[in-house]
Amino acid sequence: MITYGRRLRGLSLVTIATISLAYALAFFYAPEDADQGFIQKIFYLHVPLAIVSLCGFIFGGLLAIGYLRTGDRRWDIRSYVAIHMALIFGIGALITGSIWAKASWGHWWVWNEPTLVSFLIVVLLFATYQPMRFSIEDPERQARYASVFAIVAGAFVPLNFIAVRLANQYVHPRVLTLEGGNLPASMALTFYIALLGITLLYVTLWTYEMAAKNARMQVRATRRKLLGEDAMAPLRRSAAPS
Amino acid sequence: MRTVLTVLRKDLLLELRSLETVPTMILFSIATFVIFHFGLNRNSLDGQLAGGVLTVTVLFAGMLAVNRLFVAEREQGGFDGFLLAPVDRSALLVAKAAALFVFLTGLELIAIPAFAVMLLGVPLWPALPGLIAVLALANVALSVIGTLVSAIAVQSRARDLIGPLLGLPLLVPALIGTARAAGPLLVTHSTGSPPGKWLAILALYDLVFALLSYAVFDFLLED
Repeated sequence: MITYGRRLRGLSLVTIATISLAYALAFFYAPEDADQGFIQKIFYLHVPLAIVSLCGFIFGGLLAIGYLRTGDRRWDIRSYVAIHMALIFGIGALITGSIWAKASWGHWWVWNEPTLVSFLIVVLLFATYQPMRFSIEDPERQARYASVFAIVAGAFVPLNFIAVRLANQYVHPRVLTLEGGNLPASMALTFYIALLGITLLYVTLWTYEMAAKNARMQVRATRRKLLGEDAMAPLRRSAAPS
Repeated sequence: MRTVLTVLRKDLLLELRSLETVPTMILFSIATFVIFHFGLNRNSLDGQLAGGVLTVTVLFAGMLAVNRLFVAEREQGGFDGFLLAPVDRSALLVAKAAALFVFLTGLELIAIPAFAVMLLGVPLWPALPGLIAVLALANVALSVIGTLVSAIAVQSRARDLIGPLLGLPLLVPALIGTARAAGPLLVTHSTGSPPGKWLAILALYDLVFALLSYAVFDFLLED
């Protein structure tokens, strides 16, 4: 039996410490951007959110491969929680990105901005994951179909970015380029700590939801054993096996 | 391979006898051209606008076929029959994608001339060879993704909603590629050859998703 709760306390403390450090550095250590001023600080939240969310979608696809290979439903729940969390982070990235766009380009939404548009398409695609999943009733089939979708959509993420990027000119500031970017060292340090902090936040929330689902599964299994099959109302809209 | 041909023959025969899908798609596309005419308030289109209108119309008409693709299998027990037969399961993917490709080609045989007559402001002939190449690649993308999405959606409760909901975002890169490749063809004095960059993107998209669908399709049929 896997217990997710045991790791949770240490993980939460590390996450809180890293995020506090990152944003303390962002506000008091990293220099203010000469061109954009104070609004540039949102970059320490927006970019890590976007990166972690995209990695979370791909992570969900990889976990789904685990389900199709083994047929063990725990892999499917891991994949579900990974995509669920990545979607929340993705919506956060869209909102913070919009605020930044308003401050820096003067518009809430800029269509000729490839990174913004391709990110929106990915979020839209993964937003259909839950309606698709919960419209299939048979739990076994639900897990299988959701895994297939997660794998296809995970592979879609990089391909979509290539297509949309080619369709437009570059406007988005490139933070991470192959040449190592053009950030001053103090900003880069702050950024990487913020990225680490948001990644840890993702891992913590993932572990937390897994612990909750795991606990609920065990409670249901125990109740069923003690009270009999009829005492359990069927779960509605849940990815946890009943 | 023989399985693929048998299933494909069955689907085409069914379509020939019932005439359910392709005529609906054609009528839908012509109605869409009329709507675009009034929506855009333009008597003739050219360039990128024409490419976009044509691509979007084909995509939406294709969604009609996608919704219906596996309905007979689900309702008449075709899935069970196929699973009982000692054949490779991926054959169903290939056959259904091929059937969808044929339906889309049938749609375009009527919809493209109709588009040229109703909306296109420039002569169609110089653009035609390039347009055929672009649409062939777009049809492959639509068939592969459409078959996969249809196989997922047909088992869900809200079948007709889930299909387009999953399919449209997945097809956005293909839509960008098709519209961008078709746009430069539909101008006066076009060179007649579509931009290679977009053809390459479309081909890459086709290849990746064809292989991926082939890899995962088996899991959609298990029972």
